[in-house]
Amino acid sequence: MTADRDLPLAEFDALRARYPQGFESSLVLPCLRRIQELRGFVPDSDIDALAGYLSVPRVQIEEVLSFYTQFKREGVGRWHLMVCRNVSCSMRGAERVLDQLSQRLGIAEGETTPDGRFTLSTVECLGSCGTAPVVMVNDAYHENVSVEALDAFLARFS
Amino acid sequence: MPGRKLLMTFDVTGTSHTLADYRARGGYATLEKVLREMTPGDVTKEVTASGIQGRGGAAFPAGRKWQVVQLRDGQPHYLCANADEGEPGTFKDRWILENAPHLLLESMLIAAYALEVRHAFVYIRGEFDLPYRRLAGAIEEARAAGILDAPLFGTEFSCDIIAHRGAGSYVCGEASGLLTSLEGKRGYPRNRPPRLTVRGLYQRPTVVNNVETLSNIVGILANGAAAFKAVGTAKNPGTRLISISGHVEKPGVYEIEIGYPWRKFIDEDCGGVQNGAALKCVIPGGISTKVLTAEDIASLTLDTESVEGAGSSLGSGGMIVIAEGTCMVRLLQVMLRFYHHESCGQCTPCREGMGWMHRIIDRIVAGEGRPEDLDQMLRISRMNDGTTICGMGDAAGYATVGILAKYRDEFDYWIEHKRSRHDGNLECRRSS
Repeated sequence: MTADRDLPLAEFDALRARYPQGFESSLVLPCLRRIQELRGFVPDSDIDALAGYLSVPRVQIEEVLSFYTQFKREGVGRWHLMVCRNVSCSMRGAERVLDQLSQRLGIAEGETTPDGRFTLSTVECLGSCGTAPVVMVNDAYHENVSVEALDAFLARFS
Repeated sequence: MPGRKLLMTFDVTGTSHTLADYRARGGYATLEKVLREMTPGDVTKEVTASGIQGRGGAAFPAGRKWQVVQLRDGQPHYLCANADEGEPGTFKDRWILENAPHLLLESMLIAAYALEVRHAFVYIRGEFDLPYRRLAGAIEEARAAGILDAPLFGTEFSCDIIAHRGAGSYVCGEASGLLTSLEGKRGYPRNRPPRLTVRGLYQRPTVVNNVETLSNIVGILANGAAAFKAVGTAKNPGTRLISISGHVEKPGVYEIEIGYPWRKFIDEDCGGVQNGAALKCVIPGGISTKVLTAEDIASLTLDTESVEGAGSSLGSGGMIVIAEGTCMVRLLQVMLRFYHHESCGQCTPCREGMGWMHRIIDRIVAGEGRPEDLDQMLRISRMNDGTTICGMGDAAGYATVGILAKYRDEFDYWIEHKRSRHDGNLECRRSS
């Protein structure tokens, strides 16, 4: 068991062994994903530690963190609601879903409820257009979300 | 049923994605046959002879891509399956990843044999949760069974396949951006030449193929190129997985035989337009392909020549059905917001142009549009065409030019009356 602040180096070593030799740089995304799974976001202290572990420039990790939409630099609510608002979802009610979620939770897009239960975000196409509208909640897709049954939908996340 | 099938040939059950079920369907027998009876060169010849075109959007012949890789050139080669499915409207590779991951793995091993690859990758978009778990599970099953990372069938050939997850970026679906991302950096696309098959991942020869393209390789080698060419049209053989969404009664993933009649597909196979509404137009293959009106597609078939003859493309197979009464101004607004959000920022015309176009359309929707705005959007689209490293700037232009060419009157109306002719409607309002 590693201390909370340490990187999970045994896991990272196993990952490293799986990739071809000389592919340390390729481990930036998988390692950051794992750090975020453990912490909920990627704190500054881990950037230095990871740069040291992989022997990559610190700025490479900073660039990656700011480029990819899934990486978070600060914590979010216990349930992160990500509403797809691309073409097919909008054609199936995503705009009303977003509007209703915002009203019911009393927060705007990008905000977290005061009790820390929900964060509301919008995202672009999740590749779930046939079951639109789709809301990603933490890691899981929730498909065919019904505007009419949003109370029941929200009740699933306590 | 829309013609013959090559991929969706089994019933999807709770276990159809597992190694045991795949083996019961004859899985990995083609790999064994190929390794025992064919040279790597034979495999590439067969794939080239099949005439299969890439299913990711560009329709480039897969065999010609493979032929560029020089065998026994003393350097490592890499293979990467593009599972970064992110073109809006597209969700067909997900079907393969969730339901037939071993078909992809077996196909990749055959490709790896042909291309002398020791390490292959599946670059899968970061949001895909179940598809990733199914793929990762299949990889672990194959490793445990001695199929991956172990010499196969008494030969010296062995190859490992690694599932590598993205983290949210549209541009990483572009092959060179994908490889830059796989190198652990921002997914910036690269200038070509050199082609990726000459200098790809870490500057080594790399083949990047779409998941669906690769998944056809088992069938091509099992039954031969001639059998593959007997399906579809003469110039565009095989089948396509079409993911259909929007205002359609039965959205989902369908396998169609290439050349199948378009209206028949929508009206009969997919249950017609939502709530029995009239068809206004269709986006054929992802939002980066030009919109075609109901009249345009009336007599068209679903194949490359037919759709390109009408000025658009089958693209990624992500078809979006749009009912009469839908506001095309709002639709374009959604698209331009997306392109602006996803521009990687490397090239000035795209980085600036996407922002300009997004701001112009927002202004029009806010009732502050100016008469010169539409020509300005067309100018920006032209400026982007061919002036950027990757095709994203071009794609946003195609979408814009396509909609303005067919529906300019709706934009003029909004600018003049400061409101939508169709109440800003994106949902299909007609009740059943």
